[in-house]
Amino acid sequence: MSIDRRQFLKAAGATGLLGLLGSPLFKVLAPGELEASPELKEGMAKSAKRWAMVVDMKAFPTEESYNKCIEACNKTHNIPQMESEKHEIKWIWAEKYENAFPDSYNGYLTESIEKMKFLVLCNNCDNPPCVRVCPTKATFKREDGLVVMDYHRCIGCRFCMAACPYGARSFNWRDPRPFIKNINPSYPTRTKGVVEKCNFCADRLYRGELPACVEASNGALIFGDLKDENSNVRKTLRSKFTITRKPDLGTFPGVYYVIGGS
Amino acid sequence: MIEKALSGSKYYWAWICFLLAVILVGVACYIRQYHYGLGLTGMSRDVSWGFYIAQFTFFVGVAASAVMVVLPYYLHDFKRFGRITILGEFLAIPSVIMCMLFIFVDMGQPTRILNVILHPTPNSVMFWDMIVLSGYLMLNIVVGWVSLSAHYKLVHPPKWIKPLVFLSIPWAFSIHTVTAFLYAGLPARHFWLSAIMAVRFLSSAFASGPALLVLLCLLIKKITKFDPGDRAIKGLVTIVTYALIVSIFFVGLELFTAFYSHIPGHMQSFKYLYFGLESHGKLIPLMWFSTLLAITAVFMLLIPATRTNQVTLVIACIFVHVSLWIDKGFGFVIGGFVPNPLEKITEYWPTLNELLVTAGIWSIGLLILTALYRIAIVVKVELEA
Repeated sequence: MSIDRRQFLKAAGATGLLGLLGSPLFKVLAPGELEASPELKEGMAKSAKRWAMVVDMKAFPTEESYNKCIEACNKTHNIPQMESEKHEIKWIWAEKYENAFPDSYNGYLTESIEKMKFLVLCNNCDNPPCVRVCPTKATFKREDGLVVMDYHRCIGCRFCMAACPYGARSFNWRDPRPFIKNINPSYPTRTKGVVEKCNFCADRLYRGELPACVEASNGALIFGDLKDENSNVRKTLRSKFTITRKPDLGTFPGVYYVIGGS
Repeated sequence: MIEKALSGSKYYWAWICFLLAVILVGVACYIRQYHYGLGLTGMSRDVSWGFYIAQFTFFVGVAASAVMVVLPYYLHDFKRFGRITILGEFLAIPSVIMCMLFIFVDMGQPTRILNVILHPTPNSVMFWDMIVLSGYLMLNIVVGWVSLSAHYKLVHPPKWIKPLVFLSIPWAFSIHTVTAFLYAGLPARHFWLSAIMAVRFLSSAFASGPALLVLLCLLIKKITKFDPGDRAIKGLVTIVTYALIVSIFFVGLELFTAFYSHIPGHMQSFKYLYFGLESHGKLIPLMWFSTLLAITAVFMLLIPATRTNQVTLVIACIFVHVSLWIDKGFGFVIGGFVPNPLEKITEYWPTLNELLVTAGIWSIGLLILTALYRIAIVVKVELEA
């Protein structure tokens, strides 16, 4: 199928006009003011080619602002608050720069970055080691880039935990249900003996909703289709310098970080 | 033949009863763990494999080491191993069974273990590990049992057994190679991400397994009428000596790569194990104890006076086995998890429940070993009488 110049110009013009009318571009350039991404609509969930997220650290002014995202995730996914740190279940949490990016730490960071906590979560990698090692396909990658878990397939061998370079996976060392304060009936609770992790809110995307953390982030988390040139994610990646965690391992994370700069 | 295992002195039965008692305790502890979850172990979000998987790794080595008697005997017609080949094969059987049990008790959802077969996943090394382990178990059961019963009936072993014997040789290498690949292909763990992992595993296995076999041979010589033969034991000792030297050399290669390259990720686990990291160092005494045992054992095995003296030989073999058990059956797995991928330190130590489950599995292994050795020895002794 080919497209002639006239058709192309028409399409390009229309897209540009739409873009100006919706003016998401301006909003992207001024993160913090950006409301929940307008690009996600009913039915779009299945059409994305590669979901990705940008974490704009500058848009998290206080500890409270990123705690909101963590709480939103915990509530949505019935994440238990375990008594022992050893048994913790974490989908999205905060780490210092030196822990989130250990291989690009130099010991002389700016004071603000030294103090800053970075939201970390499953990177939903392009080339996920967890999927490679899983002996039952309980963890698998979907065509839209989401790396998801089948809790009923998982045998609890924890090979995926040994393989994940981001420490993003948690195991239910005991029954988690007694440790969930208020159960959200729209997402299943888990049983002991299975692994779980962030899945970019696959179920919410299916319903045409944004991931819970993105919704609670007040624009600091930008979510969209990496393969769509006009998505908020792509616009941010075009306009800001971003890094990913442990890029030398070749996992190609789907989570990008805007650290600082103007 | 199997009835031979059901007769014996009161010491034999006392030993069996002791093992059964330990097994019972182990089973009770496992039931506790099954109901509560793996939270009953010392493992954590950061150290997600512990004592069970480490024991599995160690005993895969013991199982694979049977090849050290099978290979010289069948491939090079090394006659003096003729009397102990069956002992090697019969050591491999309980070792593989123990490996399988250690994997089983480490499962979060043991009732779903068939998922590995129902959803075969060739991209997972664990799938291949299951294949090679169960295959190796079958090979050793068939080869050991068929040759022993042929021997018992005073006939030549059937011809079809020969290809299986030859197949069991590369198969033995495969079980430990695949087990090494469980670790060696993980981008997250610098400590394990080493191309020499498989040969390091094999060399330590070919030291620890035959060292155990020497001890078993000497014990059999003492408490039964069967004599495995001094020359067979000498042959085994030679294997232990050089495998141990190669194993220590390989550890040296790992240390060179880590510390000369000076890449932090590659050094950290070694630092944690031998010197401690940020005031964490639970494994330091164990690791140095293991090192000391290995080096002492090398000298004891190289010096003719201590090698030929039976008492010092027994001590040296115990040193080899214990040293490599600490190294592979403890430090190796834990070292890979400390520090975690975010460079934080969570330490691990097995809990009592975990240790008792482990003791139960060791006892199951010993029970099977006792029964198999009893059968083999009674058959051999009856024929010689």
